[in-house]
Amino acid sequence: MKPAPFEYKRPQTVEEAVALLGDDGARARVLAGGQSLVAEMNYRRARPARIVDINAIAALEVIEADGESLRVGALVRHVQLERGATDGPLGRLLTRVSRHVAHPPIRNRGTMVGSLAYAHPAAEWGAVAVALGAELRLASVGGTRVVAAEDFFRGPFVTDCGPAEFVIEVRLPALGADMGVGFVELRRTHSSFAMVAAVAVLGIADGRVTDARIALANASSRPLRVETAEAVLVGACATSASFAAAAAAAAAQADPVSEPHASADYRRHAAEVLVLRALAAAAADVGAACA
Amino acid sequence: MRVTLTVNGEARTWDVEPRRTLADFLREDCALTGTHLGCEHGVCGACTVILGGAAVRSCLMFTVQCEGKAIRTVESLADSEGGLHPLQAAFAREHGLQCGFCTPGFLMLVVAALEDDPELAEDGGRLGELLSSNLCRCTGYEGIRRAVVAAAGEMKARTEET
Ligand SMILES: Cc1cc2nc3c(=O)[nH]c(=O)nc-3n(C[C@H](O)[C@H](O)[C@H](O)COP(=O)(O)OP(=O)(O)OC[C@H]3O[C@@H](n4cnc5c(N)ncnc54)[C@H](O)[C@@H]3O)c2cc1C
Ligand code: FES
Ligand code: FES
Repeated sequence: MKPAPFEYKRPQTVEEAVALLGDDGARARVLAGGQSLVAEMNYRRARPARIVDINAIAALEVIEADGESLRVGALVRHVQLERGATDGPLGRLLTRVSRHVAHPPIRNRGTMVGSLAYAHPAAEWGAVAVALGAELRLASVGGTRVVAAEDFFRGPFVTDCGPAEFVIEVRLPALGADMGVGFVELRRTHSSFAMVAAVAVLGIADGRVTDARIALANASSRPLRVETAEAVLVGACATSASFAAAAAAAAAQADPVSEPHASADYRRHAAEVLVLRALAAAAADVGAACA
Repeated sequence: MRVTLTVNGEARTWDVEPRRTLADFLREDCALTGTHLGCEHGVCGACTVILGGAAVRSCLMFTVQCEGKAIRTVESLADSEGGLHPLQAAFAREHGLQCGFCTPGFLMLVVAALEDDPELAEDGGRLGELLSSNLCRCTGYEGIRRAVVAAAGEMKARTEET
């Protein structure tokens, strides 16, 4: 349980960081909160030759709402999102979700961007990112590029981020003040990873669903936006019947694998129940009665 | 690699390998063996210390990351005459420990939380969530919970007196 030797670098700027990552054959890894990476290194599942510690790059601490989106820099810790990073439905969603990410000491160090980059299939933030249509900004020696969350996640622990680049921030699109948010998670203990989790964002006007975004964590090899369920809802009356139809569609689109504590069938069933509850929570959040 | 950091109020410069975790540094280099190591992957919380006011897992940090930072371990809680911190005294009184392996981690977890928010122990749900951060295989947590509630009251009364 001791990490293999490595070279430690603590760049002060993004430019220095990408130069350190871009060296040919550097076998470098970015160190953010370390709440997944250091554990992997203790197990020696990860044996990077070089650690690029980004914690001294002040520019990555940015957390800023500009009306269109919330910019979350690579050094924003889970605890900052828990304590209320922004107003309105997006702020409510982030607070609610962060309470499900590990437990307080882990949240003091771990980052949202690090969680997205790690791409654990059960990670709550991945589901939030695809539900909201977030965008990740990646930097390399060549400059920056923007990748939609939907294209960023490739599979368990695999993303679109190459070895010579890193994610400098994620932009979460703002939600209209009248949107409702819901998040529900099934887990064995308070601080366990999600067996399945569901996030729902709803716009409801005059009893009809005007906007629906639904995503699942740990119901597929990557965070899953369930468009089929969204399609069932948009334009429909916000009733328990339409919510149930959407939940069934979500379960049909889910593709869970069996895990020691939950079979694939069980987790598919759970996905349906959780989507139903997340939709009810989002409708209650918006203040719309769900007949 | 050279690193300057403050441990329990004492600033010093050390030469450590980058791969030295903060937990191993505290135990092996500083001989502060009150910080325990259970799982070494962030789950058990036995290694919890306070870094700049926040409780963190010392098994998930490298010492070189602590350049210029201040760390507090369980050894800092009792006063110089050996008088126990109110939380330590409450743990002893309320059966907050049996074997004691998890105790330093729980103490640092709770001290940081109460310093941040003295009202925390009044909210049973939040206290439960906080205590579920760390594992105790002996007590069943109830003694720990009672100890925190008792100590939080005493700590508040003390700050109100001063
Ligand atoms: C006990 C325990 C319980 C946990 N429970 C949960 C849970 O319930 N839900 C959950 O989602 N997570 C959980 N986690 C993981 C935690 O949320 C981590 O904080 C998170 O997964 C990784 O964020 P980090 O900042 O610590 O990243 P690090 O550990 O520093 O890095 C993780 C990986 O991402 C890479 N990386 C980090 N930042 C970047 C970047 N900016 N650009 C490119 N690559 C980057 C690293 O190179 C590494 O490969 C748990 C962890 C522990 C120890
Ligand atoms: S030893 Fe650090 S959390 Fe278990
Ligand atoms: S007292 Fe033995 S593990 Fe907690």
